[in-house]
Amino acid sequence: MRFYVMVLLLLSSIPSISQNCDYTLSGTVADLHDGSVLVGALLIVAGTEQAVVTDVDGKFAFAGLCENTYSIQVSHPFCITRGFSVKVSGNTTRNFQLEHHLEELNEVTIQGKAFQNKSKTSFENEISIVELERFSNGSLGDALNSLSGVSSLNTGNTVVKPLINGLHSSRVIIMNDGVRMEDQEWGAEHAPNMDINTAGNITLIKGAGALQFGGDAVGGVIITEAPKVSLKDSLYGKTSLTGASNGRGGSLTSRLTKSFQSGWHGTVQGTVKRFGDFEAPDYVLSNTGIFERNASLRIGLNRFSYAIEAYYTLFKNEIGILRASHLGGAQDQLRAIKSDRPLVIDDFTYDIAEPRQDVTHHLATFKAFKRFDGLGKLSLQYDFQRNHRLEFDIRRGDDRDKASLDLQLDTHTLMLDLNSRFSESVNFKAGLSARYQNNFADPGTGVRRLIPDYDKYDLGVYGILDYRLNESWFLEAGGRFDYTYMDVFKFYRTSFWQSRNYDTLFPELVIEEVGNQILTNPQLNFYNHSATAGATYSFGKGYNLFINYSLATRAPNPSELFSEGLHHSASRIELGDLRFDPETAHKFSSTLQRENENFGFSLNPYINLINDFIVIEPTEIQQTVRGNFQVWEYRQTDARLLGVDVDASYAFAKNFRFDHQFSFVKGYDRSQKEALIDIPPVNTKNGLVYHNRDFNNIWLQLQSEYVFRQNEYPNNNFEVFIPETETFEIVDVSTPPSAYHLLNFNSSIDFDISQKSTLTLGLEVTNIFNTSYRNYLNRLRFYADDLGRNLLLHLRINY
Amino acid sequence: MRILKYISIILFTGILSIACSSDDNGTPMAVNEEEVITTLAVTLTPDGGGTAITLQTRDLDGDGPNAPEITVSGNLAAGVTYNGSIVLLNETETPAEDITKEVVAEAKEHQLFYTSGGGLEITTAYIDTDSDGNPLGTKFTLTAGNPSSGTLTFTLRHEPTKPNAGLSNAGGETDLEATFSVTVE
Repeated sequence: MRFYVMVLLLLSSIPSISQNCDYTLSGTVADLHDGSVLVGALLIVAGTEQAVVTDVDGKFAFAGLCENTYSIQVSHPFCITRGFSVKVSGNTTRNFQLEHHLEELNEVTIQGKAFQNKSKTSFENEISIVELERFSNGSLGDALNSLSGVSSLNTGNTVVKPLINGLHSSRVIIMNDGVRMEDQEWGAEHAPNMDINTAGNITLIKGAGALQFGGDAVGGVIITEAPKVSLKDSLYGKTSLTGASNGRGGSLTSRLTKSFQSGWHGTVQGTVKRFGDFEAPDYVLSNTGIFERNASLRIGLNRFSYAIEAYYTLFKNEIGILRASHLGGAQDQLRAIKSDRPLVIDDFTYDIAEPRQDVTHHLATFKAFKRFDGLGKLSLQYDFQRNHRLEFDIRRGDDRDKASLDLQLDTHTLMLDLNSRFSESVNFKAGLSARYQNNFADPGTGVRRLIPDYDKYDLGVYGILDYRLNESWFLEAGGRFDYTYMDVFKFYRTSFWQSRNYDTLFPELVIEEVGNQILTNPQLNFYNHSATAGATYSFGKGYNLFINYSLATRAPNPSELFSEGLHHSASRIELGDLRFDPETAHKFSSTLQRENENFGFSLNPYINLINDFIVIEPTEIQQTVRGNFQVWEYRQTDARLLGVDVDASYAFAKNFRFDHQFSFVKGYDRSQKEALIDIPPVNTKNGLVYHNRDFNNIWLQLQSEYVFRQNEYPNNNFEVFIPETETFEIVDVSTPPSAYHLLNFNSSIDFDISQKSTLTLGLEVTNIFNTSYRNYLNRLRFYADDLGRNLLLHLRINY
Repeated sequence: MRILKYISIILFTGILSIACSSDDNGTPMAVNEEEVITTLAVTLTPDGGGTAITLQTRDLDGDGPNAPEITVSGNLAAGVTYNGSIVLLNETETPAEDITKEVVAEAKEHQLFYTSGGGLEITTAYIDTDSDGNPLGTKFTLTAGNPSSGTLTFTLRHEPTKPNAGLSNAGGETDLEATFSVTVE
């Protein structure tokens, strides 16, 4: 109702200024960069919602306008939507220019978009749709790996977990189209459960600068957004097919969008990926196949002043885990590490046997926004996620086909956000969020629960204020408070409960004793504060300096609190601690950026000081009937991460470009005075690109990737007794592998097959020289080499 | 201001409806580890009669912090041949589950190994086999040699290479490993 009143007011205000209302406004819409006309751009007059679309020559015309100043919104599927203020006086001509960028960026772009950013004073890295399309057969982690400062913690080559400036898992928030992924992300061998083909672009914020998404992003925030839908009557889509020699499989992904000028739109999308065993240069990596199926459906209504949208996506993934990595105890681990070939090598197969993971993730969202005059844009979102994770181990007897782990995590989230422009130079964002989460561990597995049953409640509130001081200075400050309550039912082994002294510390938690186990009911409260403050200074020609401080507080996750038992995939006993406090990170980062067509760069040093940082490290060897196992206990310490990320791009000749990336991070445990584990080694990527838009948009890239050896690591080696030889031998679980160099080639070429359809063909070769190497950040590096040469053919049709 | 009121109403109704729907079925049920082997008991009966000797390792808390309890009932007699039999139990369940049955049923995927060390002079020989005629090892003979002492280790491997030349090239995963201090007198 209010909306109509507003419109009425607006309408009535127009004739009061001028009585003559038969003027026209006409002109063209063109690309800001090369002046080419934009076909199908939509222009809407604010208030009257009068809309027109540009014709094949990029021309438009409005009729029946009065002598007045109008606000006109101009949008195009591949451009940043912009608002213009136009004074109509008689029949007026006005040409508009849009930044026609998404279609043109063939590279990972480093953009400091100081005006429509997620965080305005933290530097953001972005992966455009074109770059994403090249990863359509890969995973989110693979795509992010192409950015400086991001590496990945891998379990084989299909479980790829993003690592931002040396931090991962619960320290990285993944926002999947506005929804915070709750997919048991705490596990190092759990990859994000999303299909990269659902995303239109990906933005990365290193650090906790974007408070609206959460206050616990000690590492950073990854934001994926759906492709923009144009406001016109149209039916369009794309289909991508990739075939790969390594893994002898491929992927097929398709998307179809129907949009209407009225603002209604609908998109269906689906992906199938199937690979058999992957291969290292010298052998088959047995049981490393993957079978992934995804589907999504989106329906919505988009208007200038309001929008509603419903979205559902299903992600299903079956992943084989290298057979040779399944071990019985320290003796087996020693044998596996000492052998330079995996202990199990079978013939190639598409079958996925145990050990394997089978994960299903449902995500449903309903969101709406409305712009209120004088208040701003108010958004409401509800989302539901169900993550069902099954892990199958090699088992005996009746349990053979039973999962060893069966966890179902349900999450409901309600969010309310307000974006309000106080004045031309001041903008305020605020919001509330409420989340309820339930974890259910199915006792039918016959294996003690790795993660206990729990209910978790979160309440969050934040506010961010930004202020444009003048042409060159931009300031931002924000704060957030989160309250978390966990109600947990956990069975402890009586022996563990007593050995930890919990029986004297927490007798009130005990509900009952069942055999040699104790049922407890811990109820935990966490109060977390987070904040950010920063500034952006623009100077010279295209220079920007970003300075940001962020304070992040993260409550310990269920794994850190409640782990207690043998972790098969790591062949070690892992122990959490009920008494943990939240960890607190202070991150200072700055970025010097130069935006320039010929020579652009960004230089991003940072320091992250984390108090009560939760690490897991070995403490002792434990004897069991199964043999000896190393015990890894979580503990809290003070950590320091110090690093620098560098990107540079130099166009040294027409159509040629040289790209450079360099990442360096040092992780240090300030309490133990030693290096942190799993910190990415120094690495650099250098590439030569030839790109000619006038010749079928041909794009050729030769890229060199050099990864140094990690020389700073904690020594976690231990000794084990070998009965056959009657000797004690050292199990080397610490020494990082040697440095390695990989050379990759990638290319694409476009063909117009009709007026509206383009065919893109691509050829890609990774690890051209079939180099044998092992990656320090691959958890299976002890047992097998990484991937050998891979030849990929990409075929994509946009229609 | 009216908007703010709406907001709070929407948010709190949402939270309440979520919070109320969560109360369900009380406490979860305990899980007893089904595959854990807590106990290995080896009975060595002298050929021709006499007191049997038992070697036992028992770890009732499984992967928990307590170490296994290892007992050896007596010393072996030099020159005597013993008939050995092995029993594997999961004693976290009541009554205890006999894991030996599962191992025998899946004989082709299991093998027990006997390793002597530290100068212990004994020899062992397999009695039972799987359906392919390869050794399984729940039944065996043990012949004590000259007086000596050292260690005797029992290893159960799951999915070993069969046939094999011994523990060193059997592969597979260790399901159980127990070392006993043994004396021949």
